[in-house]
Amino acid sequence: MESVGSIVMYGIIVAAIIVFSILTVTTRRILRAATYLLFVLFATAGLYFKLDYEFLGAVQIAVYAGGIVVLFVFSILLTSKPGDSSARLASKKRIVGLIAALMSLVVLGYALVSRPEFWTTFSAPFTLDMTMNRLGEILLGTEKYQYLLPFEAVSVLLLACIIGGVVVARKR
Amino acid sequence: MFCCGVYGFITRKNMIAILISLELMLNAVDINFVVFNRFLFPGQLEGMMFTLFAIAIAAAETALAIAIIVNIFRVAKNIDVRDLTKMKF
Repeated sequence: MESVGSIVMYGIIVAAIIVFSILTVTTRRILRAATYLLFVLFATAGLYFKLDYEFLGAVQIAVYAGGIVVLFVFSILLTSKPGDSSARLASKKRIVGLIAALMSLVVLGYALVSRPEFWTTFSAPFTLDMTMNRLGEILLGTEKYQYLLPFEAVSVLLLACIIGGVVVARKR
Repeated sequence: MFCCGVYGFITRKNMIAILISLELMLNAVDINFVVFNRFLFPGQLEGMMFTLFAIAIAAAETALAIAIIVNIFRVAKNIDVRDLTKMKF
């Protein structure tokens, strides 16, 4: 059974994720939205660390917090003057967005509570053998449950992305 | 968190804000993958691998989208989706 401190830690992380994601979509200044997004991503990485997926947490911090947020900040500073905030939303649009969000919340909540057998099969987390050795074998093997083909597909995708970025950013 | 992403995706007008909302939704799905993998099938790593590839693809997609947005801004001086009605300039 997990200790109380661990559960409190989970609560803090989840509360941080929820609060900062709400702030991300409701703040009027876009640079602040990017900052709150950074906090959300860090909290997510903390959750991964807490669940013993250290590699995934490291990837999350390196790719999202290190790469994507910097890209966001760059593009925000390139495309908008600092200090101007977006115009107040039309109430109709806000209502439509709220309805869509609440509908998705209802659907997801129903999907979660309508399967009570999930909750009984929740096994207590045990220490798992997450060595880098096993991870590398899974990532680069060709057997069942091993992932060489998606790995190569992602590499081809990244190459296509590089070429596409060059083509888009080229001066005509 | 996913709901926040949906809300932001619909209500925002700035393209970059829409992209940020998209990132929120992707992250919510990643968390779901990882948590269910950890608590339902702790011996296997499928959810973790899915999340890994999802992160890689999200990074590529964001980089391309930002390149396109910056390019649009250079031509149109404007990144509100409401005001962008032309596809060709």
